[in-house]
Amino acid sequence: MRALASVRDAEGMSAVIDVQHLHKTYGDTVAVADVSFTVHEGEIFGILGPNGAGKTTTVECVEGLRDPDGGQISVLGLDPQRDRDALTQRLGVQLQQSRLPDQLRVSEALELFSSFYPDPADWRELMEVLGISAKASTPFRKLSGGQQQRLSIALALVGNPRVAVLDELTTGLDPQARRDTWELIEGVRERGVTIVLVTHFMEEAERLCNRVAVIDAGRVVALDTPAALAEQVQTGQRIQFRPSAPIDDFLLESLPEVTSIQHKGDALVVTGTGNALNAVISVLARNQIVAEQLRVDQATLEDAFLAFTGKHPDADDDQDDEGKTKP
Amino acid sequence: MTATTIAAPAARRRSAMTQLVITEMKLFTRGRAMLALVLSAGIPLLLIVIFGGIHSFNTPVSKYGGLTTLDVYVPILLVFAIALLCLVSMPATLATYRELGYLRRLKSTPAGPLRVLVAELAVKLLVSVVIVIVILAVARGGYGVAAPRQAGGFLVAGVLAVAALMAVGLFVSAVAPTAGAARGIGAVLLYLMMFFAGLWLPIQNMPSVLQHISHATPLGAAVPALQNATQGQWPTWLQLVTMGAYAVAFALAAARFFRWE
Repeated sequence: MRALASVRDAEGMSAVIDVQHLHKTYGDTVAVADVSFTVHEGEIFGILGPNGAGKTTTVECVEGLRDPDGGQISVLGLDPQRDRDALTQRLGVQLQQSRLPDQLRVSEALELFSSFYPDPADWRELMEVLGISAKASTPFRKLSGGQQQRLSIALALVGNPRVAVLDELTTGLDPQARRDTWELIEGVRERGVTIVLVTHFMEEAERLCNRVAVIDAGRVVALDTPAALAEQVQTGQRIQFRPSAPIDDFLLESLPEVTSIQHKGDALVVTGTGNALNAVISVLARNQIVAEQLRVDQATLEDAFLAFTGKHPDADDDQDDEGKTKP
Repeated sequence: MTATTIAAPAARRRSAMTQLVITEMKLFTRGRAMLALVLSAGIPLLLIVIFGGIHSFNTPVSKYGGLTTLDVYVPILLVFAIALLCLVSMPATLATYRELGYLRRLKSTPAGPLRVLVAELAVKLLVSVVIVIVILAVARGGYGVAAPRQAGGFLVAGVLAVAALMAVGLFVSAVAPTAGAARGIGAVLLYLMMFFAGLWLPIQNMPSVLQHISHATPLGAAVPALQNATQGQWPTWLQLVTMGAYAVAFALAAARFFRWE
């Protein structure tokens, strides 16, 4: 076993997961071309990308469920393939598309999984924390989607792991259940667990993640905090309003601060640099036009995602290259 | 070395293996899985009650070497119970676990997926033993069927029959693409094997070609072996080797082809 538990990255922070030049193919299909990233102790690290980008394959290699074709992976100083036994004791996972036997009850699943680990958490308390105590004797089949996800989070945590990998945690949940789950995840971080979160929900990554790796076509195309990623793509503003009277596009286009104009029904969407708002309002005032329903947006992680991958986060990945045109 | 601290709750904790067996046993008594449990115990017992009520089934038949028809049928019904558990119920359960992604989920824990397979085998073995004892007790107590006179031979033949059926069941679990397919393949094998075991026509009454084919099948070897032991003779080597060969060959093939996901 290699003693890499205290590997430190460039910023001197202790690295819990270190992935270097990961490569994985299935037959002729390259699932992961070249992925490298480092996860720091105590953070929530997001892996973001369109469907089929290689997110799940990447974390499955980290979990030791798949054998990489190339590159190095170290998790808590362990090699996921060679040190499987030691790794499974310290790593909690929530798999995408993994269900429990229909008739297995909530309390039975937790008691069973807690018997797998040398130093498990108190599963009754965990059931309490995750708000599924009332469902203790309900079979898996009869749980709602949100309750099933809560149970799978509980099962990922029952072994008292130092690292938890959660894959598509909130897919298929209604917005309320999704927000509830986010609160749970923040609670898990407060327990000192380092979390890797695979998602294609921008809002989720923006809300929860300390840092995000954007993966597209098997490569990391961007890696930074959600705010920094948003800044990278657009330093300016997006101004949306409904002019009280028709206005000639040219008046606005000729402003040096304005980069583009779009019509959305009656509304206009003007993008531009930091001073665009003042310039636009002045022009409107000079023409006795009022900007009704005025809204000004900063760039979001979603804009960054679109810029880096050329895809809408919810778009289907089966489309051909012509579908990847930049917005 | 310093003394290790005493972890009070740990003392009460069950091992992963024990907990898996307990859980598998509970799951076996619920939902669709329970149907196999009820049928594997119920059909043989029902048939014993029916056959036991037929007068001619209780008189010795010279063709059966002095055994009654009921005597001949008891081993057939025993292997039916075990075959239903091993060829239909077990593959359906394991293929369902694979389909659900449960085996994969277990692969990411220290317990691993192999233990749940072992737990499933243990539960099917345990239930088989209980059902065999109940059937023998009812046949003996209710209808005066003779207890096996060569108990050791009966036990050896029984163990090999269970091993052969479990190996074939594991092979079905390994190659069936879905739970539905596992159930279907298992059911077809069950009917075929039970035909050659003499469920519809005792082997002794079959045309000689069919008798030869029968003896080459796992249950066509098991039933005469058990009948021999009932009469007080050791099973023949050929019967034991036939069952053992099926057990080894199918266990190896299952190990070779088994997929966890």
